[in-house]
Amino acid sequence: MSSYAQKRGFLATLWDYLTTVDHKKIAVLYLVAGGFFFVLGGIEAILIRVQLAVPNNDFLSADMFNQVMTMHGTTMIFFAAMPLLFALMNAVLPLQIGARDVAFPFVNALGFWMFFFGGIFLNLSWFLGGAPDAGWTSYASLSLASEGKRIDFYTLGIQISGFGTLMAGINFLVTIINMRTTGMTFMRMPMFTWTTFVASALILFAFPPLTISIFFLIFDRLFGSQFFNVEMGGNTIIWEHLFWIFGHPEVYILVLPAFGIFSEVISIFSRKRLFGYASMVFATVLIGFLGFMVWAHHMFTTGLGPIANAIFAVATMAIAVPTGIKIFNWLLTMWGGSIKLTTPMLYALGFIPSFVIGGVTGIMNAASMADYQYHDTYFVVGHFHYTILGGVVFAILAGLHLYWPKMFGTMLNETLGKITFWLFFIGFHLTFFVQHFLGLMGMPRRTYTFLEGQGLETGNMVSSIGAAFMAVGAIVLVINIIITSVKNQKVGNDPWEDGRTLEWSVSSPPPHYNFKQLPLVRGIDAYWIEKMEGRKEMTPAEPLGDIHMPNSSFIPFMISFGLFVAAFGAMYRPDYSWGLPVLVGGLVITFGSMLIRSLKDDHGHYIKKEELMDDSDKGVQA
Amino acid sequence: MQIQEKLSFETWPAAPEKETLEGQNKVLGFWLFLGGETVLFATLFATYLALKDSVPGPGHALAKDLFSMPLVFLMTMLLLTSSLTSVYAIYHMKNFNAKKMKFWFVVTVLLGLGFLACEIYEFNHYVRDFNHTFSSSAFGSAFYTLVGFHGAHVIFGLGWITGLVVRNWRRELSLYTAPKFYLASLYWHFIDVVWVFIFSVVYLMGMVG
Repeated sequence: MSSYAQKRGFLATLWDYLTTVDHKKIAVLYLVAGGFFFVLGGIEAILIRVQLAVPNNDFLSADMFNQVMTMHGTTMIFFAAMPLLFALMNAVLPLQIGARDVAFPFVNALGFWMFFFGGIFLNLSWFLGGAPDAGWTSYASLSLASEGKRIDFYTLGIQISGFGTLMAGINFLVTIINMRTTGMTFMRMPMFTWTTFVASALILFAFPPLTISIFFLIFDRLFGSQFFNVEMGGNTIIWEHLFWIFGHPEVYILVLPAFGIFSEVISIFSRKRLFGYASMVFATVLIGFLGFMVWAHHMFTTGLGPIANAIFAVATMAIAVPTGIKIFNWLLTMWGGSIKLTTPMLYALGFIPSFVIGGVTGIMNAASMADYQYHDTYFVVGHFHYTILGGVVFAILAGLHLYWPKMFGTMLNETLGKITFWLFFIGFHLTFFVQHFLGLMGMPRRTYTFLEGQGLETGNMVSSIGAAFMAVGAIVLVINIIITSVKNQKVGNDPWEDGRTLEWSVSSPPPHYNFKQLPLVRGIDAYWIEKMEGRKEMTPAEPLGDIHMPNSSFIPFMISFGLFVAAFGAMYRPDYSWGLPVLVGGLVITFGSMLIRSLKDDHGHYIKKEELMDDSDKGVQA
Repeated sequence: MQIQEKLSFETWPAAPEKETLEGQNKVLGFWLFLGGETVLFATLFATYLALKDSVPGPGHALAKDLFSMPLVFLMTMLLLTSSLTSVYAIYHMKNFNAKKMKFWFVVTVLLGLGFLACEIYEFNHYVRDFNHTFSSSAFGSAFYTLVGFHGAHVIFGLGWITGLVVRNWRRELSLYTAPKFYLASLYWHFIDVVWVFIFSVVYLMGMVG
């Protein structure tokens, strides 16, 4: 059954990726799609900064600015940051726990295609009457007033991709609980696995409220319900609550895997075991738990009353404790280590002070009385870009450089990588540091222009120059990727030479069954232990035998495509008579595909023992 | 034990749904999914409680005007009984008795259909006699969304169990199909549990005031 690997040609490759259920190929799909949306979101960010570079600018109209600003936030959160993290999780996580794939390879593919079609649907709005314009939070009072189909692209697009995210979350949870190899106890799991585990649990419990609130908005706008219509007894504050009950855990869903990546990077390049591993695990779980207790700190000015505000303020400040534990653990991991200043390590070093600034301004925001001053100003914009860009995007870039050889078998150029880092790091601080002061001077966020003579000119100009630095940095990264892909110099199992965990014990890229024999784990940093004892490979935990692998399938694509079609039907149903048949037709495609999946037996296939003995250079050996 | 192995009553394991790694993954994954579903319904309940009796003006029916105990009691009995019959089905699945298992699943489906018929009658009654619709008030939207989501789950569950029974009508049990039946019954129990909450929160609390 390994014959499918021998197919050649573009169409065969395309078909391979459309039907793949291999976590490593799905990682590539997430990376390409997430990278594409990251570029779109980045272009939107540049447009915002061009518009705000000088006072009274008319580069973008107010209406266009609203669309660009909304799409920048929505794209970056849902369609760039999350899929890029999923790319790294898919690429590395099964390898880190010594598994041959995720628990549900089919669902893994389904999750990707849901995200993909959701993102495409959302972005088609640019060509079909305008993009969403109510901000990424899409507060009901704004979004119900938005005319045309703009908000419907937002709701339906997010809904489809949200289903995919939920599936990915459940999949990673089951993978981590059930698929660990012999000896890989919970307290020996690499930090990236741990943070993915907690982030997945957050996904599981945070996405349903989003699903429901988006359903409310879909129903209100397209099917005549009255959830948010105050005249008919509705209440728009329900949207705010439900959105932030999702929205706050969401930021931890993003930043916890980022913490995991930095834990790996700092440990690898300090060539030391992670300091305070147990406290790191504890802090991760505690952040995940507290993340659900703080949503109303986004709503201090809504008028929930002083008692509610005080409770949420204190709960928010409490999160600083586990986060502080993590920061000190990273610092003490580096303490006395033999540090190698590689590109990923530079990102990690840049991350720590940047994220601390974001954390400190977070505490300032958490003080609910003071927040009345900061609310809806550029202070908040500065704050969350310090956490999300300084935390999540730095981590994605660090992880990309770190795991690029594991994903593609070739190293990114270190010199160009460091140039990217410095451009990005300097540009990031130029752009966002000054925004705190703009906010304190009273510049409101989400406003398309400002007047001259109010002291806002210099700050905004500096901010826009910084954005240009980041854009150049991103271009250097793309050049780097192209150059190294063309050169394609193959590397061995452990290209950084200091790999500590199981993913570095297999070839780069790994064979599609990952491990010929599942490895035996004898402690934290399993591969490092073997290396320190003079071995080159992991000790196998099982005799060489047939390997069971899942079959490829086109059904995930069809299930997601059905929802994509149905979304168009739902959206145009109030205006055109063809809407309803298209809605029903799309659902028929989706549920029909699900039915086929359910009725058709799929036992997967086996890679025979004899086949494995031929290519003895791959995977763990006996 | 291999997944496609032909098994007999003697060799059938005590927990066939968890005998293979695939089965273990499915059972755990499904429990986690139900955890997410719990939050989903919790959100709907919270919204319902926030918008209960929230109508634009006098003349709109409120919860205390709408609900009647006999119908809701009948629906509750139908659904609770169907949960019991699905337990019988799984009991026979664990004893490698595919025939009896399918029989009890068919009974489960029939009871579920009875519940669904009552719900359709109920909604129709509210719309025609009380002018209580999806669009008439925020209360109406919240009510039909909460109870309707549950109803949609019932429809999906009925389709699922029917599909499984039809597909396996002529087949013996195997370690491949056992987890499928087990998960369908888990789903059905979940629907039942949600209904217990709907019965208490929507109907009982609605009638008391």
